[in-house]
Amino acid sequence: MTEKIGVYVCHCGSNIAGVVDVEDVAKWAAEKLGHQGVVIARDYKFMCSSLGQELIEKDIKELGLTRVVVAACSPHLHEKTFRIAAQNAGLNPYLVELASIREQVSWVHTDKAVATAKSKAVVSGAVSRVIENAPLEEIKVPINPNTLVVGGGIAGIQSALEIANAGFHVYLVEREPSIGGHMAQFDKTFPTLDCSACILTPRMVEAGTHPNITLLTWSEVVNVAGYVGNFNVTIKKKARFVNEELCTGCGICQEKCPKKVIDDVYEAGLGYRKAVYTPFAQAVPNYPVMDKENCIYFEKGTCKACEKFCPTNAIDFNQQDQLLNIEVGNIILATGYDLFDARRVSNYGYGRLPNVFTSLEFERLSNAAGPTNGNIVLRDGKTVPKSVGIIHCVGSRDRNFNNYCSVICCMQGLKFAHLVHERTGATVYNFYIDMRTAYKAYDEFYQRVLEEGTLFVRGKVAEVTDAARYSNERGKLIVQTEDTLAGKQRRIPVDMVILSSGLQPRHDAKEVGKMFGISCSTDGWFTEKHPKLDPVATMTEGIYIVGCAQGPKDIPSSVAQGAAASARVLDKILQREVALEPIKATVNKEMCSGCRICNGLCPFNAIAFIADDNVSEINPALCQGCGTCVAACPAGAISGTGFSNEQINAQIDGLLMKNLEPVGA
Amino acid sequence: MNKYLLYPGCSMESSAKAYMESMNTILEPLDLHFEEIDDWNCCGATEYLGINLIPAYSLIARNLALATKQMHPANGTGGTRTVVAPCSACYLNLAKADHYMNERPSLGEKVNEALAAGGLHYEAGTLDVRHLIDILVYDVGLEKIREAVVHPLTGLKVVPYMGCMLPRPDYQHRWSDHEHPTELDDLLRALGADVIDYPLTTECCGGHMTQIGPETAFELIRRLVADADERGAQMMVTVCPMCQMNVDAYQNEMNNYFGTDYHIPILFFTQLMGLAFGKEPGELGIGVELVSSRNVLAGIGVEVPVTQEPAAPRKKDEGLPMPRRWTKHEGRKEAVK
Repeated sequence: MTEKIGVYVCHCGSNIAGVVDVEDVAKWAAEKLGHQGVVIARDYKFMCSSLGQELIEKDIKELGLTRVVVAACSPHLHEKTFRIAAQNAGLNPYLVELASIREQVSWVHTDKAVATAKSKAVVSGAVSRVIENAPLEEIKVPINPNTLVVGGGIAGIQSALEIANAGFHVYLVEREPSIGGHMAQFDKTFPTLDCSACILTPRMVEAGTHPNITLLTWSEVVNVAGYVGNFNVTIKKKARFVNEELCTGCGICQEKCPKKVIDDVYEAGLGYRKAVYTPFAQAVPNYPVMDKENCIYFEKGTCKACEKFCPTNAIDFNQQDQLLNIEVGNIILATGYDLFDARRVSNYGYGRLPNVFTSLEFERLSNAAGPTNGNIVLRDGKTVPKSVGIIHCVGSRDRNFNNYCSVICCMQGLKFAHLVHERTGATVYNFYIDMRTAYKAYDEFYQRVLEEGTLFVRGKVAEVTDAARYSNERGKLIVQTEDTLAGKQRRIPVDMVILSSGLQPRHDAKEVGKMFGISCSTDGWFTEKHPKLDPVATMTEGIYIVGCAQGPKDIPSSVAQGAAASARVLDKILQREVALEPIKATVNKEMCSGCRICNGLCPFNAIAFIADDNVSEINPALCQGCGTCVAACPAGAISGTGFSNEQINAQIDGLLMKNLEPVGA
Repeated sequence: MNKYLLYPGCSMESSAKAYMESMNTILEPLDLHFEEIDDWNCCGATEYLGINLIPAYSLIARNLALATKQMHPANGTGGTRTVVAPCSACYLNLAKADHYMNERPSLGEKVNEALAAGGLHYEAGTLDVRHLIDILVYDVGLEKIREAVVHPLTGLKVVPYMGCMLPRPDYQHRWSDHEHPTELDDLLRALGADVIDYPLTTECCGGHMTQIGPETAFELIRRLVADADERGAQMMVTVCPMCQMNVDAYQNEMNNYFGTDYHIPILFFTQLMGLAFGKEPGELGIGVELVSSRNVLAGIGVEVPVTQEPAAPRKKDEGLPMPRRWTKHEGRKEAVK
């Protein structure tokens, strides 16, 4: 049967038409590709507009088109639009092909003749391919209404609460003994100087007591199987050695425990905790955990002070790690960030010079519940600094470390300046490259700090040293910096230096991403589906990313993103079923030799090896149609629906320049 | 027995002879064997690359080309595709030439064109250029060095001074850190010395500014010496002939310039290794330095023999008498005595 093909060339305003002679491309397609079945070729200013779509629908109905090629932008952007338009007109949506003449032609070429010729080749390839396309049907699968939220910081808590309040069940998994995340460590939050604990703990309590939330702290996800709507997740509940049923959270065990340990997590290494501990007073849940690494009983087999004094006999040294299997329909990752390790910037002396602090250390220092009860003092624990230097962009915006801006450090530096000024009256210097105080009420806070008399020096700090050169530098830390506004070098002696360290992806973000089948950007943050229009979804259906796991951001943005992901999850749950793309890979069992090359390559773990038949099999529900296995199979036994060898070969055939006149060189 | 090729460089044969002598004494205890590159020439030091690029690179590459002739199949860890350059400037130049010839093929072509005149050729990346301390810390290992110590330097307060040319730009990513490398600290600790953290460890010693702008150099030397003094160091320890010469030879002039009175001897790390390995100061070139380390070393029970002949007395100034100083009261004055 001969196909009736319609070709539609988009101007995209001047995006395409500015570089490609679109009218010529349409005219050429009608003339030269007629033998392949092109019956109509049009160019139009905006194909994706409703008028452009109506054009296609009208042609399908009136001319009886059996295939459609739209030469416009990337399929990522508008393939869905045109497929829906075709479907509305009664044509199977998979008989529409998008030829990208914007991203792959007009945006990367400047020579009109060359760009036009390339567009013709791309269109010709798409026409040859669309003839080989077969109508496909979407697969529908039911959705499990439960949701898993990984990470109990503010973003994860927000996500969990939104879904739980809508009446659906949430499993909230947190690696640490308590939820709260980094926000629980802070003293005040910019720009309003709200007490961090005061605004966070009500949310934590709500999440801890919500009937629809199962809180799993001191737990980690160890395995994820399944696909959107039907994930099967294994969670390791680490042994707490405290019986949660019996514990009342009275705290006597912590009081009696003889082993004092430096708390590297919650107190950022500035304070101590016991071997049995809750990280902070408002911890949710409020029963402690036993740190096996440091407990004397686990080390030497004696002690058990906690057990002796526990009034409810809740201490249980025989507890084992538990593995829980849960079924969920959607997963939200709110795994947060790690602080950049300031020791890497050796010229700032962190780790060598005692009075250089990181931002997280200072948060604990200024926190009323912190190791110094909120007194801002030097590392000796008693001297109040008379001058403080705050260095911005430590590890961020730095070609030696992280290229990106960590978003929060400027405001954090301003907040520190305010707190130091308020509590010690010290002279405060801020050393900044650019001051970035975007968002609501942030710049007003900057103005306020300026008016308080904080001094601002614009320039990247070269080094912090204790090598005095002049008499006024004796016993001080000297900040050597360029002052780009004054156009000179400055040496500023201060008592204390605070490094506004940048944010970094979690050290295990890559492994976590692999477990959930999502990718990381070059910087290591989880990659979202679309940087602007879909910043919470990922390329894997049913997996969402919120908070700093997706990229550095402040608390309001984390909360907003947490809520946004929940809206997406609720939308999925309420649809009760989800349509899966029919573009899947299948194994031709006759040709499969059982070499298993494809097994390890599949990023979605969709390929299983059937030992009895010595063949590999692909689970169509898990397969995302990425094509990795298709390309890798040495026997050519795997074929991708919608990407069959015939289709690809036809497209290559069409792309070849045999159909084209040579461009005048 | 670990064999390496050695590129001594000019200073090791003249101003830093002590470095060469002391290096030779520590090779045997550490089971090292250095084979000198035949017919090597000057690397161009710190100046020539700033003046005349292609000839400068050709000058350096000639040494690399000669070294490839002496390469042997690798034996064990070191092998002999490694060229050891104990002088920081030589190390930097050789490593730089290799790096840029690799990175910019056009440079490699031009340099090899020049080398062809002498029947030589160098393929970038063939050799591995490394500094002596790199070999000692990473190939020999601190454990082995610790084992060879017979006379620990307990109680000797030293600041490690790496100088600027080793850790930056670090073409081959060999150093623990670019701003505050710790290889020298670890090595001196292994010898039993009392190592004081030295924030200026990679600061400039003045380089050749001593010749061009002495005031600048004096200020740089003063910073180094003053900080070492302030931290209670008895001596500075360096890995670089240039650093040793500047801090040692100009300390007196610097003191005169600023009216200070610092007395911080500066020795090569190999000299201290030799002492720790039980060698005699005489064979380590100790005693020839201008800021004497005699008193400091006496503190750890090392007696430095007097090797220097007393300096010849200065000749009397036999200049011509000056005219009398002019005063405003020309008529009523006497000659100024």
